[in-house]
Amino acid sequence: MNQRKPAIVAEHLTRRFGTFLAVDRVSFRVYEGEIFGFLGANGAGKTTVIRMLCGLLAPSDGNAWTAGFNVRTQVEQIKQHIGYMSQKFSLYEDLTVRENLAFYGGLYHLRRDQIQQKKQQLFQQLELAAFETTLARDLPLGFKQRLALSCALLHDPPVLFLDEPTSGVDPRARRDFWGLIQSLARSGKTIFVTTHFMEEAEYCHRVAIMHEGKIVAMDTPETLKARSRKSSMQQVFVSLIQQQLTES
Amino acid sequence: MRRPRSRIAAIALKEFWHILHDPRSLTIIFLLPVIQLIMFGYALNLEIQKVELAIIDLDRTPASRELIQHFEGSPFFEVMAFRAPISQIETLFLRRKARAVLIIPADYSRQRQQGTTVDLQLIIDASDPNAAINISNYCQQIVEAVPTTRLAPPPAPFEVKSTIWFNPDMKSAYFFVPGLLALLLVMISALLTSVAITREKETGTLEQLLVSPVTPVEIILGKVIPYVLLAFLDGVGILLIGVFVFQVPFTGSAVLLAFLTLLYIITALSLGLMISTVTSTQQVAMMAAQSATLLPTLFLSGFIFPLRSLPWILQLISYIVPARYYLVIVRGIMLKGNTLPQLITPALFLMGLSTVLLIIAGKRFKTTLEA
Repeated sequence: MNQRKPAIVAEHLTRRFGTFLAVDRVSFRVYEGEIFGFLGANGAGKTTVIRMLCGLLAPSDGNAWTAGFNVRTQVEQIKQHIGYMSQKFSLYEDLTVRENLAFYGGLYHLRRDQIQQKKQQLFQQLELAAFETTLARDLPLGFKQRLALSCALLHDPPVLFLDEPTSGVDPRARRDFWGLIQSLARSGKTIFVTTHFMEEAEYCHRVAIMHEGKIVAMDTPETLKARSRKSSMQQVFVSLIQQQLTES
Repeated sequence: MRRPRSRIAAIALKEFWHILHDPRSLTIIFLLPVIQLIMFGYALNLEIQKVELAIIDLDRTPASRELIQHFEGSPFFEVMAFRAPISQIETLFLRRKARAVLIIPADYSRQRQQGTTVDLQLIIDASDPNAAINISNYCQQIVEAVPTTRLAPPPAPFEVKSTIWFNPDMKSAYFFVPGLLALLLVMISALLTSVAITREKETGTLEQLLVSPVTPVEIILGKVIPYVLLAFLDGVGILLIGVFVFQVPFTGSAVLLAFLTLLYIITALSLGLMISTVTSTQQVAMMAAQSATLLPTLFLSGFIFPLRSLPWILQLISYIVPARYYLVIVRGIMLKGNTLPQLITPALFLMGLSTVLLIIAGKRFKTTLEA
């Protein structure tokens, strides 16, 4: 996997809010076509890392590149090359499925025929066609999630950031969703995903576990499990965090 | 449509969809002005008519009856004779049977024949002071119109004759239609835009906008355009009702008024945008927009109270009330037929005000993305 080109590079990435150190010298590489999981409890600094990688938040120290563009100096290019889906799904609830898609397509300067073509493709892939004129607020939660994903994929970004994409969604929809993510990765997209569902870490090619702003472990789920002799990622996570707490 | 759509157009279109999907708000936007106009037009009637006037005639001569006829002939008064003892007049006021009582003294005709000054006593219920002043003035006018008989009093060395310009009949529609136009436009514009950005903050969609290539300027322009059109339509509606229903004259240029109204709407929308960038919830934004527009427009714009009669600190504040300038513009164009050179000062003030507000909104908006 390491022969592939890196899609995201972080070097000693640091962010302070006043005196609070939210992210502390974090370094990692995510390669093209990889599903990279960022695990950690709420407040571990996952969202802050995503925001820095998306160019929403300037790093206090260190540096990072997303899709080959620098997060400090090339924010505009980054925005053209990433898709982003937040845990709140960020849809306009009072607009229809079609209107939501048309709006996000318009934000990326897509032509109407491009939006139409991409929409057909996504509708087929995500089984959304039946809901085209439904208001977003009337969609079942699982389909809201798919619509949010469609909006993030409309401009065909090479890198996709998913911030807690499955929170609140039922287990079946979650399984379906991960199936989609895996097929997106196979088609060459790089996926950076945060979650606090440890069992979802099993779907990732590699995971980084964050605790209090630091990465405390980073490898494939299999290696992490083997190294700490645990059978599930949940147990790996718990033992790692306990280890951290006794050390500090 | 081969060429890529502009992002401003995408945002403007989306705002239109929001409006279309919310017919209730749309109804309020268009019905509110009509209801307010009708309420102001028929309820807030500053012209006094049919004031119940009780006349106690202690003289009972042809001369005193002639005076009473003058009052009866006036549309301002509804005259009734009152024969009970003078001590009873208080009950007239308490029971609201009369708002004024005129007492004609017993020696009225005799004094008039002698040519001396007659003292008529007028007692007015001043629980509404403005009305009381008006009643007193009308009485004065009627009494003066009674032809003096016989020996006329020597003419005064000078006399003040007032000619009232621009609203010779002192119609209150002339006063409230421009005022309401200013009030409704600023309220609707500021309210609509103040929720436009806070709504996106609340639903989390703002975050999604910020990771897209769209710039703050594009967001702000895209959000303002639909509401400019909406508020403009509202303004046209108010004016049409004002001119055709309330017969307010329109002496100036409609094109100039349209142009300056657009400027005023943009100022009001900028105010709303500025509010929406400094508040975090729709509720707070709405409250802020209300308090920043309703009372200042009523009291600090010259709509109801002349600005010069305000304490200096309020006069100072009135300089940042957009309606202050717009009222000069509407009254000037509609009633006086003002042209642009005569209105350049208020127009420039509006321009300056909206520029400052937009700059603050833009600056604040940028920092909100970072936080």
